[in-house]
Amino acid sequence: MSWVTKTLSSTLGRKLIMALTGLFLILFLTGHVSGNMLLFKGDGGEAFNKYAQFMTTNPAVKILSYLTYISVIAHVIYSILLTRKNKSARPVGYAESKASTNSAWSSRNMGVLGTIILIFLVVHMQGFWAKMHWGDMPMVTYEGETYKDLYQIVQFAFQNEILVAGYVIAMGFLSFHLSHGFASAFQTLGLNHVKYSPAIELIGRIYCIVVPVLFASMPLYIYFTS
Amino acid sequence: MKLTLKVWRQKNKADQGGFVTYPIDGISKDMSFLEMMDVLNEELTEKGDDPIHFDHDCREGICGMCSLYINGKPHGPQQTTTCQLHMRSFTDGDTITIEPWRAKAFPVVKDLVVDRSAFDRIIQAGGYVSVNTGGVPDANEIPIPKKIADEAFDAATCIGCGACVAACKNASAMLFTSAKISQLALLPQGQVERKERAEKMIAQMDAEGFGACTNTGACAAECPKGISLSNIARMNREYFSAVVSSENM
Repeated sequence: MSWVTKTLSSTLGRKLIMALTGLFLILFLTGHVSGNMLLFKGDGGEAFNKYAQFMTTNPAVKILSYLTYISVIAHVIYSILLTRKNKSARPVGYAESKASTNSAWSSRNMGVLGTIILIFLVVHMQGFWAKMHWGDMPMVTYEGETYKDLYQIVQFAFQNEILVAGYVIAMGFLSFHLSHGFASAFQTLGLNHVKYSPAIELIGRIYCIVVPVLFASMPLYIYFTS
Repeated sequence: MKLTLKVWRQKNKADQGGFVTYPIDGISKDMSFLEMMDVLNEELTEKGDDPIHFDHDCREGICGMCSLYINGKPHGPQQTTTCQLHMRSFTDGDTITIEPWRAKAFPVVKDLVVDRSAFDRIIQAGGYVSVNTGGVPDANEIPIPKKIADEAFDAATCIGCGACVAACKNASAMLFTSAKISQLALLPQGQVERKERAEKMIAQMDAEGFGACTNTGACAAECPKGISLSNIARMNREYFSAVVSSENM
């Protein structure tokens, strides 16, 4: 085994991958939520459709999107590897455990939260991402140029109250996942310092509320305005 | 005080084990938890039963020998060692559940006694410093800033009791290992083996079958010596910088 594979198969190496991919996905979420704010523009979806076209064709965005796919897959695989090691580390459990007195619920349930988010991600990508890439899309023309009308697909999808409710609930789980994951990633990278750690924790607490709330407001806005 | 004790009994490593309930009466609030166990064991011995085996040594909170997972928490409801836990932390009529530390790396030897020699092997892997032979060095020959000395000392206060492993949902030994790595990495005497130490101690920690860290903070919350999570961040820095800069392939 080379030193690289040896390092990446140690518990700390695996945690390093979890932290780096997690932080990259946090960056992705920031970009994703910012772009999708165009749904609120009220221009019949022109800006949103042009943005969607840009995001699926621009070569630089393509590289970022591949990095995002890799991050998601690596985050899932390494979480499975770590969880298996963690479960095997305690073959006989406690009859009585008061874990809630020493740690936050979200920190103890990152695997469960992540699994729910993964299920949401599959449904979400199948509904929009797969349609945009390979599906039969309605077209729309702005200034003589045709675009795929993703806006219409989104508008249609969020007429369904079950889907809207599912999205809102999923964002709740995302919020809990981020509430621990954000600061935890920095701790894993060894970035724990009296000067910066309080700021990281504060940003994490704000981020884990603001981003999921903005995401959840999109299906709610569409459902109640159309 | 009158209490009901639900105690884990296990004959040996191979035995399945199970809980046995013991009623106990006449316990003073001023007794330590271990003294209460002594009273119970005396009763058991008088009846001709096998007394409950549990680890203990100094009973002053400094050796790290006592363990016990009491009512769902390592060392019980107070953030202290079990020998420093007193019966005034409980109320008359309570049922107290007493379990051994649970971790693959800490196999149960008998009843509440677990084998914590995995910790010794982590120390053996790199928790030492090279000392040259020769004359006795002058005092204060190596200047160490007070702040650094204090930080190293804080890490060194770890008594290796294993409450961190017991509290962690992953039975991870990272708080222990990080305290031992930190204590030496901070001091000038620890620089010679610094990189090798981080690599070897973490490799040993993994080999012993401890879990990984999820940064829940349960270990630090339960540590009787108040070892801080900042040690785990330091261990991660030590390890990541060691693997990219050491010459060990």
